Amino acid sequence: MSLLQVKNLQVSYGGIQAVKGIDFSIGKGELVTLIGANGAGKTTTLRTLVGMVKRSGGSIEFDGKETAGIPSHAFVRHGLAMVPEGRGIFGKLTVEENLLMGAYVRDDKAQILVEMERIYQLFPRLKERQRQLAGTLSGGEQQMVAMGRAMLSKPKLLLLDEPSMGLAPIIVQKIFEIIQMVAAEGVTMLLVEQNARLALEVSQRGYVMESGRITMEGEAKTLLDDERVRNAYLGD
Amino acid sequence: MDTFLQQILNGLVLGSIYALIALGYTMVYGIMGLINFAHGEVVMVGAMVTISVISGLTHFGVNLPGPVLLLIGVAVAIPSCMLLGFVIERVAYRPLRGAQRLAPLITAIGLSIVLQQLAILIWGRNYIPFPPVLDHDVVTIFGASITTLQIFIIVMCFAIMVGLLVMVERTRLGRAMRATSQNPSVAGLMGVNVNTIISATFVIGSALGAIAGVMVATNYDQAHYYMGFMIGLKAFTAAVLGGIGNLGGAVAGGILLGIIESLGAGYIGSLTGGFLGSNYQDIFAFMVLILVLIFRPSGLLGEKMADRA
Repeated sequence: MSLLQVKNLQVSYGGIQAVKGIDFSIGKGELVTLIGANGAGKTTTLRTLVGMVKRSGGSIEFDGKETAGIPSHAFVRHGLAMVPEGRGIFGKLTVEENLLMGAYVRDDKAQILVEMERIYQLFPRLKERQRQLAGTLSGGEQQMVAMGRAMLSKPKLLLLDEPSMGLAPIIVQKIFEIIQMVAAEGVTMLLVEQNARLALEVSQRGYVMESGRITMEGEAKTLLDDERVRNAYLGD
Repeated sequence: MDTFLQQILNGLVLGSIYALIALGYTMVYGIMGLINFAHGEVVMVGAMVTISVISGLTHFGVNLPGPVLLLIGVAVAIPSCMLLGFVIERVAYRPLRGAQRLAPLITAIGLSIVLQQLAILIWGRNYIPFPPVLDHDVVTIFGASITTLQIFIIVMCFAIMVGLLVMVERTRLGRAMRATSQNPSVAGLMGVNVNTIISATFVIGSALGAIAGVMVATNYDQAHYYMGFMIGLKAFTAAVLGGIGNLGGAVAGGILLGIIESLGAGYIGSLTGGFLGSNYQDIFAFMVLILVLIFRPSGLLGEKMADRA
């Protein structure tokens, strides 16, 4: 059974339909990517999944339960976490405080500290900078904070919105290594990316979104070899 | 020299009260980016409720030591004001979340008038003397005099302010407040209920306001339905002077403003050859406000305004 099951999802923004009835699913332990051009509706889809945007139709079943009616701040308690576009770091909180915000809904203090140490092992840079204000970190380091913070909420599903956006190519490479590390920790992820090649290379399955619709789906490897995908998104 | 030290002491008393009230303005601004102009009325209600409770108790022949009566009065005033702050946010600000900035400013001013009129209905238009239950023992320090009550006011203010700063910097709630002030939608993603945090901010600010109101009333030995207006405006000035949105700034701004005002009041007579007396002390606060707005609109400890998108 899938962890996330989306059926005929529709979202409208002030009269414009941004998502026009899409279906997709994510299985437990999978890393799935949603690729597509700017404005295709990828970010809107993610925001709808965590309740930041209200849908106008369709169903979203997460962990066997319909998510309609869950207030947006309660999604994380249900195991849905998101690293928002632009990372959403609290610049005037320290690295450590940012990570603690990730564990905001948890009260198993001892276990949180153990997991924080685990995050610091994954990202030793953050350990060095734990008392520094997160706003003073580089873009790549901030992305590490954002990922670590999201992991500390112990998500069943982690949504990543354009993690490579605005970062230098060498850092982007690093970010994708981080994504693979996190996947190796057993976290199920939905990755929204404009950098289609990298996204498909790390993912198991992919969906292609065009003007609010899903136009292709399949194994990531298959999509990487697909003529239309190559022409439209991989620049071949 | 005597005048100088005396005015510094007076300024400290006044300034620590300003600081306590300024924290209420600055906390709300930090979270929501709006000025709660009804905060002065919360201060007034705190003073009025305390006086009513003490008067009521003594009227019914309850014979307790003054400080105990005061404590009971404050114990009623604080939750009353917390409730008032909660209701103010619900009624005047929450429905306007996301509206233009001018709209909540207008409801704030409207609400402040409504609260004053309600206070007239309950407590009347006259000055209400503080019940004579407290001793005003005078202590002399290097020729300047201060009452034990005033020393207590200063100490209490500092204790409360330190407590608040520790709460904001060290606790889970404080961390959530700071996160919400920086990015409410991401804070929501972390599981922070932004509405709860905003309510908590109003409630905490109002508790500080209630305590400040009692201090004002004991210090001047009276309260009045209109008292919140001027002291609110001055505390707001203090918050702007320190850098609005900055807690440390509110404390520094409050104390500084209190001292400037007291020194001004102490020397204005001799500076103007007796033309202006100390009853003109209010002009100093607003001169400070005008100068800050002209030369350093972000305040002493505030950031450049451009940083706040």
